[in-house]
Amino acid sequence: MLDLDNATVQFQSPGGPVVRAVDGVSLHVPAGQFVVVIGTNGSGKSTLQGAIAGTVRLSSGHIRLAGHDITDWSQHARAGLIGRVFQDPRAGTAGSLTVLENLAVAACRGRFPGFGWATDRRLREEAASRLGRIVPGLEQRLEQSIGSMSGGQRQIVTLLMATWHRPELLLLDEHTAALDPAAADRVVQATAGLIREGRLTALMVTHSLAQAASLGDRLILVHRGRIELDVEGPAKRRLTPDDLADRFDALRRADQLDDAAARTLADLYV
Amino acid sequence: MITLLSTWTFGLALALVALGVFVSYRLFSFPDITTDGSFTLGAVVAAGLMVAGHDPVVATLIGMAAGAAAGATTAVIHAFLGVEPLLSGILVSTALASVNLVVLGRSNVPLGKVTTLFDAVERTVGPMLSRAGVDRTLAGELARTGFVLLVVAFVATVLYVFFRTRLGTAMRAGGDTPTMARALGRDTGLLTVGGLAISNALTAAAGSLVAQYQGFADVQMGIGMVVWGMASVFLGNALVGAAGLGTALAAAAAGSVTFRLLVATALRAGLHPDWLKAATAAVVLAALVAPRFLGSRRKP
Ligand SMILES: Nc1ncnc2c1ncn2[C@@H]1O[C@H](COP(=O)(O)OP(=O)(O)OP(=O)(O)O)[C@@H](O)[C@H]1O
Ligand SMILES: [Mg+2]
Repeated sequence: MLDLDNATVQFQSPGGPVVRAVDGVSLHVPAGQFVVVIGTNGSGKSTLQGAIAGTVRLSSGHIRLAGHDITDWSQHARAGLIGRVFQDPRAGTAGSLTVLENLAVAACRGRFPGFGWATDRRLREEAASRLGRIVPGLEQRLEQSIGSMSGGQRQIVTLLMATWHRPELLLLDEHTAALDPAAADRVVQATAGLIREGRLTALMVTHSLAQAASLGDRLILVHRGRIELDVEGPAKRRLTPDDLADRFDALRRADQLDDAAARTLADLYV
Repeated sequence: MITLLSTWTFGLALALVALGVFVSYRLFSFPDITTDGSFTLGAVVAAGLMVAGHDPVVATLIGMAAGAAAGATTAVIHAFLGVEPLLSGILVSTALASVNLVVLGRSNVPLGKVTTLFDAVERTVGPMLSRAGVDRTLAGELARTGFVLLVVAFVATVLYVFFRTRLGTAMRAGGDTPTMARALGRDTGLLTVGGLAISNALTAAAGSLVAQYQGFADVQMGIGMVVWGMASVFLGNALVGAAGLGTALAAAAAGSVTFRLLVATALRAGLHPDWLKAATAAVVLAALVAPRFLGSRRKP
C-alpha cells in the first residue's frame, strides 16, 4: 500500500524559475493495485517515481509505503521495499557482469549480501526456471555477460531482478520506450504477467496510449505536476486510446489558452 | 641471470599495484591518484616499524592497513562530500606527502640493519636451495623471486574469490552501474569506500615489499605509481585479454611483469633512466588512445 500525502517536489535551476515538478500530489494506492501513469513530456511522471524511490527529495509532504513512513529514508534503504525498472536497459543491469551475477545482486536486494558464493547452484537453478518461464531459451544464457544481450532481453532480466523478492511496490518508468515494437510487446506481456501472478502493487509510466488503455486497474493522467485524471474500475475498462488522445488534446489546448492569456496579460501590464 | 630474476621480483612486487589499480580503475572506473601516496605510505610505515624493531610481517600488514585507510579517505571525500574522483585523490595524496615525511622522519631510511621479509625468506629457503646444488647468490635471489610470486598468486586468488562472493559481486555491480546497485539497495558510497580501501591496501603492500627488497624507503618512491598500474593493466589486457574476472586479474599481474621486462630491456638498450616515467606515461597514453584509432569498441 502506497500513500502520498501532499507530496511536492520543487526544482530551482540557477537563474531559472522554480519548477514544481510534483505539485501537492495526494494519492492512495491500495496493495495489489496496478496503476498506469500517463502524461505529456515534462509533466512530472519521472520525478514522481523518483520521489517515491528516493532519488529525488520531497520539498514537502509525506510518503508512506507498506506501513512505514519512508519520507526520510535513503534510496538504498527504500530499495528494500521497492523494485525498479528504468527506461534505459543499461541503467538497470551491470553490463560487465553475467546474467546470473546480476540476478545474484538482485537476490540480495535490501539485505546484507554476506560472503557466500554469489552464483551458487540453488540460485542457478531458480534463475533458470524463472527466466525460462518468462522467455523460453533465455535460461541457456545465464553465464553470458548481460552487456551482450539485446535491450529487450535486458529489460526482461531487469524485471525479474526487480521482482526476484516480492517488492511492496514495483516502479516502471517507460521501461519499453527504448525497445522496438516487438520487443516492447514481449516486455509488456512479461510485466503484466509478473504483476498479475505476484499480485504486485505497481506504478507504470508509459507513453503508449494503447498500453495505458489496455493495462492496469487504474489510470492516472499527470499534468504540470498534478493529477488531472484518475479513473479505475469499470470507467477505466471502458477507456479507449482515442479517449486518452482526446484528453491530451484538451490539455494541450488549455495550455495554449493559458499561454495566450499570459502573453496578453504581459502585453497589457508589463 | 640474477638481474633477470631481480627484474621479475620487481615486476611481481609492482603487480600488486597493478591489481590495486585494476580494482579502482577497472572495477570502479575511479582514476585513483591516492595510489602514488599510498605506495610510499606502505613503504614508510613498514620501514618505520621495522626500524623500531617490529616483525616484518606485522610491519607490512600495518603498512597495508595504512594504505587502506588512505584509500577509504579518498572514497569518503568523493562519495560523501561530493568531490570529484581525481581531485579527491590529489588531495589525499598531497596530504600523504606530509604524512610520509613525518612517519619516516627524513626523506630516506636504509633498511640494511633490520630483518626484512626477504631476509627472513632467504634465511629459511636459501640454504635448502644451496644444499640442492644451487649457487648461493642465485639461491637467495630465487628465494626472493619465489616468495613474491607466491604472495602475488595468493593475493590474486583472494581477490578472485572475494569478488565472486555476494558482497564482492555487489561491489562490482556498484562500480559498473551505480543506478542498478542503488536500486537494489546497495549504498554505492560505502561500496566505493571498500573498493578503494582494498585497492590502496594492495598498493601499500607493494610499496612495503619494494622498500624491503631494495633495502631502503624513500618518500619519493611512489611517484608515478598510478600510471605504472594503468600501464600494466592495459598491457596485460592487450596480451592476455580480460574475458572473465580470473583472466583479468592474471592479465594485470602479467602486465606488470612484462612491463618491467620491457623497461629493463629499454634501459639496457640505452634509455636514460630519467626518461622512464615519461616513457611509461607515453605507453598509457597510447593504450588509451589506440582503441579509438583502431576502431575497436573495447574499453581501453
Ligand atoms: N534535476 C532536475 N533539475 C531541475 N529541473 C528538473 C530536474 N528533473 C526534472 N526537472 C523538471 O521537472 C519537470 C518534470 O520532469 P520529469 O522528468 O518528471 O517529467 P516526465 O513526465 O517524466 O517527462 P518525460 O515524459 O519526458 O519523461 C520538467 O519540467 C523538468 O524539466
Ligand atoms: Mg520521464
